[in-house]
Amino acid sequence: MSLLDIRNLSVDFATSTGTFRAVDSVDLSVDAGDLHAIVGESGSGKSVSMLAAMGLLPWTATITADTLAFDGRDLRDLSPRARRRIIGKDMSMIFQEPMSSLNPCFTVGFQIKEALRQHLDLDRKQRHARAIELFEMVGIPAPEKRLSAFPHQLSGGMNQRVMIAMAIACKPRLLIADEPTTALDVTIQAQILDLLTGLQAETGMALILITHDMGVVAETARRVSVQYAGQKVEEQEVASLFSDPHHPYTAALLAALPERATERRLPTIPGVVPGQHDRPEGCLFSPRCKFADERCRTVPPPVQPPAIGLARCHYPLNVPEEADAI
Amino acid sequence: MLRYVLARLLTFVPTFIGVTLVSFSFIRLLPGDPIIVMAGERGLTEERYAELQQQFGFDRPLWVQFWDYFTGVLQGDLGQSFVTKRPVWDEFFTLFPATLELSLCAIIFAIVLGLPAGVIAAVYRGKFFDRALMSTALVGYSMPIFWWALLLIIVVSGNLGWTPVSGRIDLLYFFDDVTGFMLIDSLLSGQEGAFTSAVRHLILPTIVLGTIPLAVIARQTRSAMLEVLSEDYIRTARAKGLRPSRVNGLHALRNAMIPVITVIGLSVGTLMAGAILTETIFSWPGIGKWMVDSIFRRDYPVVQGGLLLIAVIVMIVNLTVDLLYGLINPKIRKR
Repeated sequence: MSLLDIRNLSVDFATSTGTFRAVDSVDLSVDAGDLHAIVGESGSGKSVSMLAAMGLLPWTATITADTLAFDGRDLRDLSPRARRRIIGKDMSMIFQEPMSSLNPCFTVGFQIKEALRQHLDLDRKQRHARAIELFEMVGIPAPEKRLSAFPHQLSGGMNQRVMIAMAIACKPRLLIADEPTTALDVTIQAQILDLLTGLQAETGMALILITHDMGVVAETARRVSVQYAGQKVEEQEVASLFSDPHHPYTAALLAALPERATERRLPTIPGVVPGQHDRPEGCLFSPRCKFADERCRTVPPPVQPPAIGLARCHYPLNVPEEADAI
Repeated sequence: MLRYVLARLLTFVPTFIGVTLVSFSFIRLLPGDPIIVMAGERGLTEERYAELQQQFGFDRPLWVQFWDYFTGVLQGDLGQSFVTKRPVWDEFFTLFPATLELSLCAIIFAIVLGLPAGVIAAVYRGKFFDRALMSTALVGYSMPIFWWALLLIIVVSGNLGWTPVSGRIDLLYFFDDVTGFMLIDSLLSGQEGAFTSAVRHLILPTIVLGTIPLAVIARQTRSAMLEVLSEDYIRTARAKGLRPSRVNGLHALRNAMIPVITVIGLSVGTLMAGAILTETIFSWPGIGKWMVDSIFRRDYPVVQGGLLLIAVIVMIVNLTVDLLYGLINPKIRKR
């Protein structure tokens, strides 16, 4: 049984101009100790699907799913109270902007101890000791002194370390990292990623890494989901995804990596992700796909079998001989 | 920090001079001569009039009069009332506790009701409570205070007979001023029923004076909360599995307090202005009523001095508010 099991998840936002579907029938299953990456451009619904699992979406969002289960329990059946016992304890999340994700009015020590007090039965002294221990784990120098610092007195990288320390404070079984390095300097990015993968190996928790950086995916993940315009278009093991992408979007993303460029000009994917009002009828990627034909533009594509990376495409690429495309 | 306070105190100087000048000239711009008013219907001879003019110094040029007054103020001498012949300073501090007591009750009333109401409205935005509260607040904010006071007196005191109409305490209680605060003095007197009577006398004036601050605080809290609730750190707080009451009441409210504290500080000015009407209507023996009476009597020193002292109080409150910012949000803290 997988730790996080999401089947057919859709998220709609009520906007002033009608409903907007941010996540469109996404499946995801993450086993205990797994390292799963979700990649996609901005607006592909990566964060929203995970926020839905955490129950952190604003009230304008409507969530529908066949299954939305953590550790075999459907999160939607739980009372808000029971759900809060899971959130922040067994299942925690860190965010893109470390500087704005910490409350400016409270010391980082207060904020991490608050998480400990919420879920664990520790006294004041034990919480203090555990907070120092956590700060050491995430590589914050002079941890005892840092506990009394306010977020604005620390750098972005330090704040993200605080966020990570807070997220792993109660030994979660699943950590969701939502573009944890996007807002940081390149040198710090590598440190934070090393820290996350190191902690994952050390503690055996599952890690979902949301990113738009294929390089990060190649270095860290075991399995990869590729999302486009709210849909999952492909899911594979990382090695086979990089060697044999099945969806043209994945192939195009990989071709756009500087490391893989063969010509002077870097290949790009023309156009932008469709928005609320210009969603294509058939395949959502068809307007930007160089292989698209009339069928792609009119008929929504099927999901191919696992051997073809669950690709949501009429004409998957790199199909192995023994597998037949639908 | 000390430097900051000193720098702020320095900005008091021009304000102080300005208030002195304005209060000095405005009361003289009003038609009516204090000597004629004092003489009343008896009238007085021209010689006596000239004599009095000389006595009060009205025969000298205005700027000389102002200079006299201003140097007096700098030495702590606000002059003495034309009418009672007592120093303005003494009169002010005899009456000020009554106003302070009423103002404190009003602002506490406004904060205790306004803050939670604003928070709840923000958390349940767009729902019934939010809409009901915001339209009520708009009514409260726009209502003329004297009309609201009369309405309450007619219904609550007149028709229902629940509260007394005016004054600070029933006439049958008598005790010495210790602190000047009726609530405290009535308790200290040990007379049975005195405290209850003082409380009953406070209810309507408190509601009347607190209505506008209440509406302002509720609306400001709501809008500040709405802004804060969409911040990333609120999502983080929720991601920790905290109770909504803790997320809203601690993480969000603490950040929303800056604009709210600002309007609370500004309300003090409103309270002083409102006290003039409220005290007059409820015959509350505070500085508001004292000022109004003095204006009608053309009691120049009292009006000038009273305005100046009120202005200084408002300035001090606003400085306190600025210093509070740093306590609430460490990011603003001055070194």
